[in-house]
Amino acid sequence: MVTKRIIPCLDVRNGRVVKGTNFENIKDVADPVEMARIYNESGADELVFYDITATFDGRKLFADVLKDVASQVFIPLTVGGGINSVEDFDRVLKCGADKVSVNSGAIKNPQLVNEAAKLYGDQCVVLSMDVKRVDGVFRVFARGGRDDTGLDAIEWAKRGEANGAGELVINSIDTDGVRGGFDIELLSAVSEATSIPIIASGGAGNAEHFLELFNKLPKVDAGLAAGIFHNGSVKISDLKRYLNANGVEMRI
Amino acid sequence: MNNNTTAIIDYGVGNLFSLKSSLQFLGADVIITNKPEELLSSARIILPGVGAFEDAIKKLRNSGVDKTVMECVERGKPLLGICLGMQLLFENSYEYGFHKGLGLIPGSVVPLKDKIDDTLKVPHIGWNRLSYKENDKLFKYLQGSAYAYYVHSYYADTTEKYIIAHSEYDIKVTGAVRNGNVMGTQFHPEKSGKQGLLILKAFCEEV
Repeated sequence: MVTKRIIPCLDVRNGRVVKGTNFENIKDVADPVEMARIYNESGADELVFYDITATFDGRKLFADVLKDVASQVFIPLTVGGGINSVEDFDRVLKCGADKVSVNSGAIKNPQLVNEAAKLYGDQCVVLSMDVKRVDGVFRVFARGGRDDTGLDAIEWAKRGEANGAGELVINSIDTDGVRGGFDIELLSAVSEATSIPIIASGGAGNAEHFLELFNKLPKVDAGLAAGIFHNGSVKISDLKRYLNANGVEMRI
Repeated sequence: MNNNTTAIIDYGVGNLFSLKSSLQFLGADVIITNKPEELLSSARIILPGVGAFEDAIKKLRNSGVDKTVMECVERGKPLLGICLGMQLLFENSYEYGFHKGLGLIPGSVVPLKDKIDDTLKVPHIGWNRLSYKENDKLFKYLQGSAYAYYVHSYYADTTEKYIIAHSEYDIKVTGAVRNGNVMGTQFHPEKSGKQGLLILKAFCEEV
């Protein structure tokens, strides 16, 4: 059967990883290629790169970084950040990305998911959403979690699936950075409403949180995190061994 | 070009960046081409492919590359089809209609959806354990358990004798096939980490 996936996420600004790692065996803590190589060695099942630069020069640097990573690390690569058109899909796919993640771009242009899925296939399109509770309901937030769009998160996820998204990244703003565990309530609601793979994001603080995620929500396919992997408090190789020993099938 | 070149067939289907990079990473001499003389003078050829069967087989035929591929195989050159490229090696496909393939390996390409439990997701995407024939040369560098990265909605229904690897997804999904010098992988070796690279390395030593 298909294994559950562990995915580190790297934010890149001007060609460098923001919040680099504390690994002992890594010389340049902010070099995306070096970090990708280390994560690959430690057993990451996939890598996500977010381009958080907004300038033209930054975009160009990001493309170079992506090409470098894709020339040396041979696992699936997902790329997000600044994806607003099918031209943006084309731009990153040509640099070696396998999947493209859209977030605010899909809110601005609801046809984007559909257009991209038709051109590149469902498997290529990842709908990423930042979700926060407002008056007891799950709402989609745009612009990196700053703006309440008023969209109902569960409806937005269903619409994404209907439009051809191949995967969903569900990032909980409420649990993000708290490291108290994934947002089980939100993820449960999304997984009951949809049938495409779900990548859970926001809140992982330790290995037990990943075990809780996969045990409680068998329909969730992957766990994504950044800080705990970058600062070395959770090592991917140890995490995967722990999960495997506790009955969650992992690629070891 | 020297006599150890590995040629990736360029027929306008899919993105070849990762495949080319992975072979270069292994130190192979790689060219991407659709020219008959270049394919015929290469040591081995790879048929990639992402997308729909009908579109891909039409592109192969309209460009005449299909004939060159057949000639390469007749001359005994190793051929590796990857993903849709593997599916094209079979006699026919039932993807959106009925289409004839290259017929290099007996069997048909059929939808996964009709054969597996409907709670399982299609496409079959992700890492799956690969059960492989240890005595096949394509797997000579693999040791112990292996995982492969899949992205597909159709699979090759063929006889046991051609199957050299499979993965479990309710049914035994054909993972890799061989008929003499013609080989194919349903999974993406260029995205399957170290073990995928070891499979490509073994192919680059096929003569």
